[in-house]
Amino acid sequence: MSEPQLNRADVMRKLMTARGDALIIAGLGSPVWDIASSDHKPENFYLWGGMGCAVSMGLGCAMAQRGRNVWVVTGDGEALMGVGSFATVAAQRPSNLAVIVLDNEHYGETGMQLTATSHGTDIAGMAKSAGIPNTMVTTDDAGVDKLAAALRSGPLPLVAVVKVAATKPNLVLPPRDGVYLKNRFRQAVLGATDAMHTG
Amino acid sequence: MADAWTVEAHRLFKKHGIKTVGYVPDAGLTDLINACDADNDIKAVVMTTEEEGIGLSSGAWLGGEKAAVLMQSSGVGNTINAIASIVTSCQFPLFMIVTMRGQYGESNPWQIPMGQATAPVLRSLGVRVYEVETVEDAVGAIENGLKMAFVSNAAVAVLIGQKLIGAKSFIADVAEEVSHV
Repeated sequence: MSEPQLNRADVMRKLMTARGDALIIAGLGSPVWDIASSDHKPENFYLWGGMGCAVSMGLGCAMAQRGRNVWVVTGDGEALMGVGSFATVAAQRPSNLAVIVLDNEHYGETGMQLTATSHGTDIAGMAKSAGIPNTMVTTDDAGVDKLAAALRSGPLPLVAVVKVAATKPNLVLPPRDGVYLKNRFRQAVLGATDAMHTG
Repeated sequence: MADAWTVEAHRLFKKHGIKTVGYVPDAGLTDLINACDADNDIKAVVMTTEEEGIGLSSGAWLGGEKAAVLMQSSGVGNTINAIASIVTSCQFPLFMIVTMRGQYGESNPWQIPMGQATAPVLRSLGVRVYEVETVEDAVGAIENGLKMAFVSNAAVAVLIGQKLIGAKSFIADVAEEVSHV
């Protein structure tokens, strides 16, 4: 198996051209820095913890916000930890949810230990077997263009694995205060009044 | 006839605007799951592990909706880091109904340790735990728990005791015949 060549920063820059008004849940680890670096805005929720929960959080958000696309951008280690969530998503078939797995085949935050994908585990294949109707694996620029097109016009739900090089990402750190991140996201999506008085 | 507390729980879900109910099944939750599944105003989401319920509920809140999470007490063990890291750190509202195993009349010894640990473990994370053993207490805890969760951004777990739902009987519930080797 050849080493993944795509640069994660280049990939995210290109995918963000397809973002539109999509909401983003960024999974713990490098995807948080990737999203903060490529398109920092209130409609991003950055997971500084809760490894394995990015996809289920994206599902909950997508089911609540049917009129907008929701992207989960996460890593291979994070996706593997919550891999059962693909079955949960498949059962609901949300037509506004895209899961983008930036797969560098390593645990980037803990010392670059190998993940199972470095030994051949195929996350897109796992998603497909779980019943996700649209899956893809991207290894080159043409594939990234194809993914951007899929993010613009569907069909969703989609699980896309982008094989990226195991390089150090740009370390752009978003705020760490979870209450702030939650409230700014809700305010951007719901408006200030509804964000504070939904109860 | 459906268990009385489940009829009230479903009514209160609707009264408080619960739109999504994530669950990993338990025998004691059957009537409530069925009621949610049959209700067009509620999306019932079967999950592969209880941890997903924490993500699902928090994600729904980000999108402006209220969710509830249903599970058996053993499943609470699967939610711990998600509650600590996501719910506690971000003060997400969380409303869980947990049907208890490992308590009164339990016949499976493997259920007892997590059943005994359920309330203290949840409390250690700052979850408000209401342990109920009567229909009246269950209804009060669900009503007030829903208010606290979504108005006060609290994490609330209502533990439905085995005195209320009954201890599972293998012979009656699982098989036509049971033999031992």
